[in-house]
Amino acid sequence: MQSALSPAGIQASRVLDLWHLTLTVCCVVFAAVLLACMIALLRAPRSTQSTPADLSGNERPERGISRSVIAGTIVSAALLVGLLVADVLTDRALSRLPVDNALHIEVTGYQWWWQARYAPEGGAEGFTLANELHVPVGRPVVVSLVAGDVIHTFWVPNLHGKKDMIPGQQTTIAFRADRAGAYRGQCAEFCGYEHALMAFAVVADPPAQYEAWAARQRQAAPVPPDALARQGRDVFLNNDCARCHAVRGTPANGSLGPDLTHLASRQTIAAGTLVNDAKNLSAWIADPPAHKPGVMMPATRLSPPDLQALVTWLGTLK
Amino acid sequence: MSDNRSPSGYSASDASGSRPVDGPHAPESVRRALAQTWSDPPGFIGALKALNHKTIARRFIVTTFVFFVLAGILSLVMRTQLARPEARLIGPNLYNELFTMHGTTMMFLFAVPVMQAVAAYLVPLMIGARSIAFPRMNAYAYWVFLFGGILLFGSLALNSAPAAGWFSYVPLAGPDYSPGKGSDIWAQMITFTELSGLLEAIVLITTIFKMRAPGMSLNRMPLFVWATLVTQFMVIFAMPSIMLCSTALILDRLVGTHFYNPAKGGDVLLWQHLFWFFGHPEVYLIFIPPLGFISSIIPTFARRPVFGYPAMVLALIGTAFLAFGLWVHHMFATNLPELGKSFFTAASLMIAIPSGLQIFCWIGTLWTGRLNLRTPLLFVLAFFFILVIGGMTGVMVASVPLDLQVHDTYFVVAHLHYVLIGGAVFPLFGAFFYWFPKFAGRMLSERLGRWQFWLFFIGFNVTFFPMHLLGLHGMPPRMDVSVRHGLGRHELRRHDRRVDYRGERAAFYRQRRADAAARRTGARRSVGRGHA
Repeated sequence: MQSALSPAGIQASRVLDLWHLTLTVCCVVFAAVLLACMIALLRAPRSTQSTPADLSGNERPERGISRSVIAGTIVSAALLVGLLVADVLTDRALSRLPVDNALHIEVTGYQWWWQARYAPEGGAEGFTLANELHVPVGRPVVVSLVAGDVIHTFWVPNLHGKKDMIPGQQTTIAFRADRAGAYRGQCAEFCGYEHALMAFAVVADPPAQYEAWAARQRQAAPVPPDALARQGRDVFLNNDCARCHAVRGTPANGSLGPDLTHLASRQTIAAGTLVNDAKNLSAWIADPPAHKPGVMMPATRLSPPDLQALVTWLGTLK
Repeated sequence: MSDNRSPSGYSASDASGSRPVDGPHAPESVRRALAQTWSDPPGFIGALKALNHKTIARRFIVTTFVFFVLAGILSLVMRTQLARPEARLIGPNLYNELFTMHGTTMMFLFAVPVMQAVAAYLVPLMIGARSIAFPRMNAYAYWVFLFGGILLFGSLALNSAPAAGWFSYVPLAGPDYSPGKGSDIWAQMITFTELSGLLEAIVLITTIFKMRAPGMSLNRMPLFVWATLVTQFMVIFAMPSIMLCSTALILDRLVGTHFYNPAKGGDVLLWQHLFWFFGHPEVYLIFIPPLGFISSIIPTFARRPVFGYPAMVLALIGTAFLAFGLWVHHMFATNLPELGKSFFTAASLMIAIPSGLQIFCWIGTLWTGRLNLRTPLLFVLAFFFILVIGGMTGVMVASVPLDLQVHDTYFVVAHLHYVLIGGAVFPLFGAFFYWFPKFAGRMLSERLGRWQFWLFFIGFNVTFFPMHLLGLHGMPPRMDVSVRHGLGRHELRRHDRRVDYRGERAAFYRQRRADAAARRTGARRSVGRGHA
């Protein structure tokens, strides 16, 4: 779910309040202008091309219209000043989100996926994952934004407005989710070929559930439970997969692609492109460009049993 | 030629040796000599050497209109692709080329030049000048523009079109992320068309300042001439900025400089500042001349002078100054200081005041006029409806918090089309109807005009209004596929795009009919042309 109109956090609801105020004022002004136009159209007598021009306005001042135009201009200026005050107050409120005890995450945008690094906290180590953030409900989150290549924009409309990731600069965004749920985010700055398929999810969990999730993410990948999964892990390590992907707890530590340590815990693959299930996963591994043209990941030629083993093992990475 | 414009108003002596007066009572021999002096040389070579401001301006207008139609066809392909979720009618690369071409063409090859072209046609007629200042520079501006446009569309035909968006943000458009020739061609096209724009600005400003008929003081100039004057001064201040940044882009790409490379001390935001320092005034380069169209159309069809001439002129000048203080509202999502952004919010809101003032003056004119509801006036009334919506959404995107939600979404796509189509294209069509007799010596069909108006008005609104909602639901622009998230509204829009195009087609047919009729009466018209 992705909409600026159903806020799930304090930031987004402040913006929505401002939206409602601005929309109301604008609708009233629009209606007034249209009404004036309609009245002018209805009351003015009709003419033809041969009607002589009325030049009397050149001789004596038209006080009636002058007064109305001046009044209209003053009222619109006053309304604009009012909106300006509301804008600035909302902006100040947005930047004053209390962030003591905040959760710190560094998100890096790459063409066309997101890497998230959770900072160590309270003695627990940090961890890395891709394309899906989990955050605790009610606790502020400070996200440091890094551009891995070109400009991307981090945007989860249900939680907050957007913030650019700019090469050579450090930007941050702070938000707080107040309602549990999964919120879709999307790269908003055009970033090349597959800008359209660069989405991610922010899942707001109740605090206890979040802690459990984080504890699981910190662990290395589980030991393969059976022979098929073990075969799958060997397929992964003996092919090109490990050159780009990391799976903690195995020798695979590539850093060009998403960290797959807990791949099976995520809802989607390929930055929100496909639902994460065995069928999609094997189709994706066999031919990524068919699902996401322009993706950096090449097609991997695997025999059907190998592919099935690989998908089985990836499915155990909960 | 200069003899004919001598201050005394006398032309060179005729065969009899006397000094005949030109003007309405000039004898036939003088008329012939004048017609010959001011007409273009015959033949194909003569056409290439043409300097008559009307000839050049007509070519300019037709060329920009061709680019307008081409860019519209590109958008039809895009809308068809987006009509169904996950449709792959065209690949992402071609899609990216199409929207880049669409935006670039509409902005650089249609909207700004068409306004200058109309001004180059009308301004000498309005201020009582025989021709335009620097006629060769005027012709040169047209040819440079034409080559810029051919370069861009040639690149599309050769499958190496730019694909980094019409504002070509770095580093995406830089050497590392846009291999190929597309962005080089884009930047070179910018140089050509902006050179053309600057030359036209000089031509028009000089014409207005130096060639007005005796008695036409600045405070008596038609408001369209005022709008042109203000716009051309803005061109002179805005366009060097984009020529600078696109030249730096070419240098980064072809010579290996590092203006935009943060790894070597360059700055990617430098591009955004320079681009939008041009890009926001550009909106007003497109929007101010149509204000002049409206100020010409309304008095004619309300049978009275426009109300509040001094206020209108001051509003135009005020708009021009404020237009240079808005550019950062395209950059609210970057990490510029909060306080700085608030100033740009204030400036962006303030610019609504002069626009509002003009709208109030026009409504006052209509209120006290006697109305003749012909097609040009209908287009002006549509302007009130559409532009005011665009202005309201402009007030929304001027606000930092609201912009953080709607920036880079279809909301902004809707906003800019409401402002540019409602604020420029509707008045332009109205102006086309209004001045067509001046161009062609013949009125346009009122019945087809009404068809065009209603198709265009309804089609436009049904096409673009739903985009506001798409944006609020979180759809960013420049997505080559509709992703399945219940965002099925695209389909509705595609159908109405067709209605929209029927409106433009009706305009076409009408024009062709008029052209055919004009050819039939061609002989008579060319006689008349000598005097104007």
